[in-house]
Amino acid sequence: MTAITTDHHHDHQLHADETDVFGFWIYIMTDCVLFATLFAAFAVLHTANFTGPTLKQLFSLPYVLGETMFLLASSFTYGLAMLGVYKKSRGTAVFWLMITFVLGLSFVVMEVREFMHLYADGNSWHISAALSAFFTLVGTHGTHVSIGLIWMALMIFQVLKYGTAPSVNKRLTYLGLFWHFLDIVWIFVFTIVYLMGVI
Amino acid sequence: MTLHQIIFGNLTAQSIPLDNPIVMGAGGMMALIALFALGAITYYKKWTYLWTEWLTSIDHKKIGIMYLILAMVMLLRGFSDAIMMRTQQAMAVGKNVGYLPPQHFDQIFTAHGVIMIFFVAMPLMFGLLNMAVPLQIGARDVAFPYLNSLSLWLTVVGAMLVNISLVVGKFAATGWLAYPPLSGIIYSPGVGVDYYIWALQISGVGSLLSGINFMVTIFKMRCPGMTWMKMPVFTWSALCSMILVALAFPILAGTLGMLFLDRFFGMHFFTASHGGNAMMYINLIWAWGHPEVYILILPAFGIFSEVVATFSRKRLFGYASMVYATVSITFLSFIVWLHHFFTMGSGANVNAFFGIATMIIAIPTGLKIFNWLFTMYRGRVTFSVPMMWTIGFISTFAIGGMTGVVMSLPPVDFQLHNSVFLVAHFHNVIIGGVVFGYFAGVTYWFPKIFGFKLNEKWGRRSFWCWLVGFYVAFTPLYALGLMGMTRRLDHYSAGLGWHPLLLVAAAGAGIIGMGVACQCIQVYVSIKERHFTRDLTGDSWENGRTLEWSIPSPAPYYNFAVTPNVHARDEFWDMKEKKSVNANIVPQTQYDDIHMPRNTSTGFIIAIFSGLFGFGMVWHIYWMVGMGLIGIFSAVIARTFNKNLDYYIKSDELLAMENARAGILLKAQSSERERVEALI
Repeated sequence: MTAITTDHHHDHQLHADETDVFGFWIYIMTDCVLFATLFAAFAVLHTANFTGPTLKQLFSLPYVLGETMFLLASSFTYGLAMLGVYKKSRGTAVFWLMITFVLGLSFVVMEVREFMHLYADGNSWHISAALSAFFTLVGTHGTHVSIGLIWMALMIFQVLKYGTAPSVNKRLTYLGLFWHFLDIVWIFVFTIVYLMGVI
Repeated sequence: MTLHQIIFGNLTAQSIPLDNPIVMGAGGMMALIALFALGAITYYKKWTYLWTEWLTSIDHKKIGIMYLILAMVMLLRGFSDAIMMRTQQAMAVGKNVGYLPPQHFDQIFTAHGVIMIFFVAMPLMFGLLNMAVPLQIGARDVAFPYLNSLSLWLTVVGAMLVNISLVVGKFAATGWLAYPPLSGIIYSPGVGVDYYIWALQISGVGSLLSGINFMVTIFKMRCPGMTWMKMPVFTWSALCSMILVALAFPILAGTLGMLFLDRFFGMHFFTASHGGNAMMYINLIWAWGHPEVYILILPAFGIFSEVVATFSRKRLFGYASMVYATVSITFLSFIVWLHHFFTMGSGANVNAFFGIATMIIAIPTGLKIFNWLFTMYRGRVTFSVPMMWTIGFISTFAIGGMTGVVMSLPPVDFQLHNSVFLVAHFHNVIIGGVVFGYFAGVTYWFPKIFGFKLNEKWGRRSFWCWLVGFYVAFTPLYALGLMGMTRRLDHYSAGLGWHPLLLVAAAGAGIIGMGVACQCIQVYVSIKERHFTRDLTGDSWENGRTLEWSIPSPAPYYNFAVTPNVHARDEFWDMKEKKSVNANIVPQTQYDDIHMPRNTSTGFIIAIFSGLFGFGMVWHIYWMVGMGLIGIFSAVIARTFNKNLDYYIKSDELLAMENARAGILLKAQSSERERVEALI
């Protein structure tokens, strides 16, 4: 009887996890629509520079390429962290999560520096619709990454505290989806805002 | 920054309009009712009960009930706004300026639209989904019960922000979609638009989470055997509606977010200068707004499909075509948004595309109408209250649909744009479609949730008042629109000849008011007489077809003691035909354990902090904004450390509960028989 009950519970847990991850996927899709809205706004307004500079004059591609590398690398190291989780190796998981955190933080710091630089030069969001759209689209992505970093710090703490318990694994799966999604969004930001903006 | 600004932001003593008797009267009334309610809870020592059984409940049926209460309370508020507008327009002709100053009138029509769509129609819809969907698919709850509670409380907080704006500060005076540049900081410098933005953002997050929740519920939690084409039509319509929520509400969040950035940070998305593009706002808001009307109407279509089959004692005619029609409307609803502003001047080809796409929607919708009629054809139709709403809907909605097709012709639309013809059209489809549908749904599922029926007599009276009142109130607006009357007028000159028709319209609003009064009486009478109208069989309308009628009424908190196994489209009807034993009514000798989620206060707490955040953002009270944000984050994080999230109802407990329930039922049935025999 006990054995049967345990099995039953185990099944339920698996089924629930699948449902939960599916729910998180749907959330990711809604976030995707939010970004699509901001991309649409950017597409409409990116040439509306009014009397201010065109966006082309403001970007430094090598700098942004550096940012991009940090974020792409962080996606890779997150994958390594998950491999550690699957092997139930707490140490590996925490090590790679910390590396991911540092890479993500570097990305955010670089972005904030870019924004501060633009602001200090008088190219703030007040100047034109194009700059408003730029700051909002890139800033929304940056805010997402920052929230992801807070989340990652929490997960590092939870892995240390609870090890690779099922509830922790599930949250790491969510965070992984979120993190890779932000990577993909950044590829679009990099292409549409920076590359197409400069070329 | 002064000390006053640090503590109170932009909030001053002058923010409370003490000189406005209408506002202060309404505010005082609301405060009195709230005080009375709080006093009553304290007097009867119900705080613990309220907290443990309701505020922290994650039972979808209780959440559904709370959505309904919110909708009903807000309906009274939204309806008072309607009465005030009709009275003003009936009075303010020629030298008479009426009793509402323009600034106040503008806030009233804005609040009316916002409240009716976001805080009456949406809560009614989510309430009905909560009440019916899990029961229809044989599930024990929604996929994410805690998110469900969070969604409810975020919606409540949004509604509260709108109500607070009545007394503290003011509401937007921009129309319900707050078009810029009027809603920009230059032309609307006050807090009205900020209240609008944050009320909608907070409740919008709630709606979005609900959308995700029900999508996952329907995708993943159907009981064994319930394949896509065996799903009840209401569940199908709910699924399509929720897909629209998930795709459309992020657009609303993004658009209102940009409006906020314009107002708060001085950005230039929609401003008239610096390269801003106001028409982009109008495109974006309707890219949400048009799907939104289908978000509301699709579940209503689903309700009519259930009601018409049940009360005609026939299988729904054309089930498959109904599903395909619903799905195609879901798709089409995303490619018609531009018909709300043909006058933008996007050119003949663009307008032609959107005009034709709009006309195409009439095809699946018309198909549905015929399916309902064919279901009734040669059925044994019982004219109970839900069926009366349905028949009222079919005729009224057909007219509203046809005036919509008229306006889908761009050249005609250029004449009718922004006229009261349009106002008449969308009230025709919203009242005749959405409102009638949800009232039918509430009446239909009420006994399943509460265990007793709503009073028929007062239901009929309410129906007739609403139906007649609707025609008297809105038919004149069609005529007035053709006579050239534009919407949102607080005053007009006598020579236009509009006054007699506006008097008729005001009388119509009065008749609808009687309908609302009948509904209040209906609720009171039904509760008072509940001992005589108990539903003892679980099959409240005797001809139930779907799974929700296969369990006792009121539905137990675990919904299904035994998870059903579905073999037919109308599973419960099929069970009755085959006379098979219903394991959810007849006690079994053995049950499986049931896995249940524990109640949680996290949703409620997050919503309270969201409210503080919203209020702080409206008045620029930054300590409150910070407190709100920290509170939200802390509550979310604290929950991730909580390991005590679920429990099991053990099989022997369940056995005892099911036997006790069956015992009570038998006793009640025999005493009911005695009562009936005594009457004979």
